[in-house]
Amino acid sequence: MKVGVLALQGDFREHVLSTSECGHEPVEVRTVDQLNSVDALILPGGESTTIIKLAESFGLLLPIREKIKSGFPVYGSCAGMILLADRIFDGIDGQQTFGGIDITVRRNAFGRQVDSFESDIEFNGKSLHTVFIRAPWVEEVGPGVEVLSSAAHHPVAVRQGSLLATSFHPELTGDRSVHSYFFDEICKAR
Amino acid sequence: MSEATGTARVKRGMAEMLKGGVIMDVVNVEQAKIAEDAGACAVMALERVPADIRAQGGVARMSDPDMIAKIQAAVSIPVMAKVRIGHFVEAQIIESLGVDYIDESEVLTPADYTNHIDKWDFKVPFVCGATNLGEALRRINEGAAMIRSKGEAGTGDVSNAMTHMRTIGGEIRRLTSMREDELYVAAKELQAPYALVKEVAETGKLPVVLFTAGGIATPADAALMMQMGADGVFIGSGIFKSGNPAHRAAACVKATTFFNDAKVLADVSRGLGDAMVGINVADIPVPHRLAERGW
Repeated sequence: MKVGVLALQGDFREHVLSTSECGHEPVEVRTVDQLNSVDALILPGGESTTIIKLAESFGLLLPIREKIKSGFPVYGSCAGMILLADRIFDGIDGQQTFGGIDITVRRNAFGRQVDSFESDIEFNGKSLHTVFIRAPWVEEVGPGVEVLSSAAHHPVAVRQGSLLATSFHPELTGDRSVHSYFFDEICKAR
Repeated sequence: MSEATGTARVKRGMAEMLKGGVIMDVVNVEQAKIAEDAGACAVMALERVPADIRAQGGVARMSDPDMIAKIQAAVSIPVMAKVRIGHFVEAQIIESLGVDYIDESEVLTPADYTNHIDKWDFKVPFVCGATNLGEALRRINEGAAMIRSKGEAGTGDVSNAMTHMRTIGGEIRRLTSMREDELYVAAKELQAPYALVKEVAETGKLPVVLFTAGGIATPADAALMMQMGADGVFIGSGIFKSGNPAHRAAACVKATTFFNDAKVLADVSRGLGDAMVGINVADIPVPHRLAERGW
C-alpha cells in the first residue's frame, strides 16, 4: 500500500520511517499529484497553524477535505489530530482544519512544554508507552466517534470511520501498534 | 498512569515537531502575531534582534519577563527565549515563566567564559549554538536537546552559516567512514565524549535536531541551508529588519518547506522589497564576531 505523509512541516520523517517499518511504501506529500497517488494519508506532528497555512497556500486544503469526505483513510498525530477535528478550542482566530472527525479539541491542553510527558496508556485494549508534547486532548465527542484511549480523563485517541487521531506521538517511539492498527484495521478494512 | 516530564525524549521530541519550520525573532506582540500569521513554527522572544545588539553594543542580557509573558499570551505557537551562556539563574527565571525552549545563546554577552549551563538540571529543553561537531556534542553532553549552527547573527551574511553546516556535516561524514578502533582518537580530537562520537558514527547524524541560524535573510538562504541538511531555520534580524516583514516571513516559511523546488522558490522570491542591508562578516573585526563565543 502507498501511504502518503503530509510533508509540509513537522516530524513527517518519523511517520515515513514508521510506515516503511510496517511494510508499506511511504510517499512524502507536498502536491495534489502526490496526494492523488496514495491509498492513505498520515498528518504528522508539528505546528497545526503552520501546516494548515501551507496546505492552503499550495492548494492542498480543499483536495484533502474532499478525500476525507469520500471516506479516504487518514491518521493524524498531535497537530494531525487538531487538523482532523471539526472544532478547535484555543486556536488562533479563524484557524481552519481539514475536519472530518466530530470532536472538539483543545490545543496545548496538557500545558506548555515543561508539562510535556511520556506515559503508559491503554490503546485499543493494550498497554502502550508513548509521548505527549504540548499535546491537545478531546474536549467533546460526537455520537459517531469511538474513543480508543484516554488520559487525564479526556480522550486522546479517537476513531470515526476511516479517520484515526491521537494526541500523542507513536512515531517517536519504537512501538508500531498505532500505525499497525491504522494500516490493518482501517485501511485494509476498506 | 505514571507520567514522566522533562525526559530527554520529551525535550528532543519537542524539537522534532519544529522540523521543516522557521523560528523567528520577535521583539513585541505585534511582530509575534505577524510571525504566527506567516506560518512560523515558533517565535524567539527577545528585546533586541541581533542586528540591533551589534549596532548598539553594551552587555546584552535576557529579556524582561514581562515582555516574554506578553508574547506568550499573544500567540499559540511555542515561545522560546534566550539566556546568556553559563547564566543558569537567567535560565531558572525563564523556565519559571513556562517558556517552551531556552536558547543558551552567543548573541547575548556570555556570563561564564569557561562553563555552559548544566542543562540536565532543567525540565525545559535547551537549544545551543555550534560551529563544529565537537562543540555540538559537548552541548548535547551538557543536556542540549537541539542544536543550531551558529552562523554570524545580525549580519544578513549567510557565509558563516554555510561554513558551520559544511563543517558539522563533513565531520559527521568523516566519522561514518572510520574504523571502530579509530573512534577513540576521533573523540579525543573532537574533544567530545566517546559514547556520543560512536553514536554519530553509527547513525550518521546528530542525536538531536539540527537547525541553522545566523545571517539568513532571504527565502533562497533558507532553502540553501535546508539543502545543506538543516532540519529547519532560525531567522533573527532578517525578517523584521527588511522592507516588508509579513510578506518576507511567509516567503521564508514556504521556501523552507519547498526547499528543493526552484519554481516555488522563484515564485516566493518575487517582489519581496528590500532585504536587510546587512554587513559582510569579513568586515567585522574578529573580537566582535558572535560565533567565536562559546567553546
